[in-house]
Amino acid sequence: MYLSIAATKSSASSVVHHLQHNNNNNNNNNNNKPHSLFRLHSPKSIQFPLKSKSFKSPMATLAVASTTLGLSDTFTKLKHDRKLDIIELGVPYSDPLADGPVIQAAATRALARGTNLDSILNMLKQVIPQLSCPIALFTYYNPILKRGVEKFMVTVKEVGVHGLVVPDVPLEETELLRQEASKHNIELVLLTTPTTPRERMKAIVEATKGFLYLVSSIGVTGARTSVSGKVQSLLQEIKAESSKPVAVGFGISTPEHVKQVAGWGADGVIVGSAVVKILGDATSPEEGLKKLEEFTKSLKSALI
Amino acid sequence: MAFSSSSSNLTAYTATAITKPSSSPVIRFNKASTFRPKPISISCVMTQQSTNSSAAAVEDTAALRPDPLGRFGKFGGKYVPETLMYALSELETAFRALATDYEFQKKLDGILRDYVGRESPLYFAERLTEHYKRPNGEGPEIYLKREDLNHTGAHKINNAVAQALLAKKLGKERIIAETGAGQHGVATATVCARFGLKCIIYMGAQDMERQALNVFRMRLLGAEVRAVHSGTATLKDATSEAIRDWVTNVETTHYILGSVAGPHPYPMMVREFHAVIGKETRKQALEKWGGKPDVLVACVGGGSNAMGLFHEFVEDKEVRMIGVEAAGFGLDSGKHAATLTKGEVGVLHGAMSYLLQDDDGQIIEPHSISAGLDYPGVGPEHSFLKDIGRAEYHSITDEEALEAFKRLSRLEGIIPALETSHALAYLEKLCPTLPNGAKVVLNCSGRGDKDVHTAIKHLQV
Repeated sequence: MYLSIAATKSSASSVVHHLQHNNNNNNNNNNNKPHSLFRLHSPKSIQFPLKSKSFKSPMATLAVASTTLGLSDTFTKLKHDRKLDIIELGVPYSDPLADGPVIQAAATRALARGTNLDSILNMLKQVIPQLSCPIALFTYYNPILKRGVEKFMVTVKEVGVHGLVVPDVPLEETELLRQEASKHNIELVLLTTPTTPRERMKAIVEATKGFLYLVSSIGVTGARTSVSGKVQSLLQEIKAESSKPVAVGFGISTPEHVKQVAGWGADGVIVGSAVVKILGDATSPEEGLKKLEEFTKSLKSALI
Repeated sequence: MAFSSSSSNLTAYTATAITKPSSSPVIRFNKASTFRPKPISISCVMTQQSTNSSAAAVEDTAALRPDPLGRFGKFGGKYVPETLMYALSELETAFRALATDYEFQKKLDGILRDYVGRESPLYFAERLTEHYKRPNGEGPEIYLKREDLNHTGAHKINNAVAQALLAKKLGKERIIAETGAGQHGVATATVCARFGLKCIIYMGAQDMERQALNVFRMRLLGAEVRAVHSGTATLKDATSEAIRDWVTNVETTHYILGSVAGPHPYPMMVREFHAVIGKETRKQALEKWGGKPDVLVACVGGGSNAMGLFHEFVEDKEVRMIGVEAAGFGLDSGKHAATLTKGEVGVLHGAMSYLLQDDDGQIIEPHSISAGLDYPGVGPEHSFLKDIGRAEYHSITDEEALEAFKRLSRLEGIIPALETSHALAYLEKLCPTLPNGAKVVLNCSGRGDKDVHTAIKHLQV
């Protein structure tokens, strides 16, 4: 699983980090189960460790996950880094339409190693009690349908998941999902994009729970050299329509991006592929974690 | 939308259309409204008589096909990233506007006639019919709808030309498409060459190896063929990659989807562009035997050639409709593409439909000797027709298809595509059950020249 970073200024809603499974390293502990880690502290509430009074600017926090470190190891390692708001865990899927090559490759690797929803949930069951950040799942619709929407919500709620992002279900098809999510207290985060007409954006932000996921560009996930200037005006439009928090994602990979997006008024910043790439390119899980820490520090510093 | 190429009819039709533009849409489809079907239609291929009879056939297939959200019952819909939603509604608006766009109709008609070579014959297969005669001399009559005679050798071109014209209308200069074996890729590359559009075809890396000749054809026609290495590197992955390209380039690009699958409006649109097959068949049946077909048979991969033949007759309850899928190595082998028989309902590539998936909801790679049927999903309208019992779906193994491939070659001197061979193979099971003189129309969806390399590996001739 890879992690993405999100920052939030609001404690009332869950912010989602992208988390995806990155299975490229050898696992000397347990070759059967895919590992995934996030480290977070107590999960009881959605209070963010980083709540501060002057909550004008978003604060980025990072969670780092490695597929091969044991849970406790990672936990210890990252204990000092409490500035994590939300972790979003991606459930690998065979046909990820909204994902670029980095995350596609991560998904393929994860699937080849036998990662599935059950293994992820088992892992979460162990990890979530040790986390202080809420967790959201990022999954495509078919795996949810296969399990049954209600059953899916019940199951993920049982292990402590707080939120859900389903990128291939547009607003008009979300009725069942929203119904079941709300029944089981899962926040269903909806997405809006630069191609979404204003009226439609209004309807989406009206219906979203947790926060609004603003896709920064026309395309799939994956780092880009710059963040589209359109994000600025989109943020303004959204803010004019609603006071719900907005997190910007897709393509964000440098401190400059984070600074820019934060400056434009985003409540949160979501970093996904960049994190997956760091973990994926590393020659060892330890190295991956280390590089990730450096990376997240650099991103966070852009917010100060 | 297809106009008969018989000139007197065409003249009469055109005159009517122009002078009475408000009377009837040339493209017949259920409008997105509370319109209950009994489609209003005028087609030059329909005589007064046939118009009356189809108007009378209002049925409980009165469910909208599709409804305003693009659903056929519970199937269909638009399960795509939000980025594509605007483009899909733009596409739908443009498509619906075609109903009254007589310039477009005329241009399309001209291309179908002079470039594609329509109308395709309805051919009485004398020796095949003889083959199915029972000892007492009774048996059905087999007619082949000769889509194999179209330019590029398959039905695919009907949809490709229409969508290319539509893309130009939308001001999109860049075309993308997915392809499995390459037939849809070749059809798309063909129309892009004809209309001067930039063409990019996504093809699974595995498929590119198996179909090197088609890759060459596409490149010769000026298209760029991009290998897809993700997932299983086959058709479903090429489709996912094409969708990703569309998500990224939606403002400049039109995606020519090759079948009646995908998000709304594609299943409806592609069906309408192939509906000429059924429309011509109705007229030709009337001319040849003064009635309608009794049974329609077609192979089903995504389902476009079958929908093209079936659509015209869905409201005619006495016309039996049979779709034939690929059973590959056998339904119990785990290596097949019999989606409607062995699949479960799920969401793939934008539509809710039957699909082949594992216990985790991951899409599995199907198998068929014929690449055109080798798709783990199926068009949502077929899922709907199956569920309401309007159409039946069976399956045929690789071996049975190869037998039929040989049989038609020997009996009629027509080498059919391996896809079509699946439909032909089903005749072995169907014909003994049919009454004497039953009229069977089988959609000969493509010719088999492209398949000789595959056949050589399996057949002794």
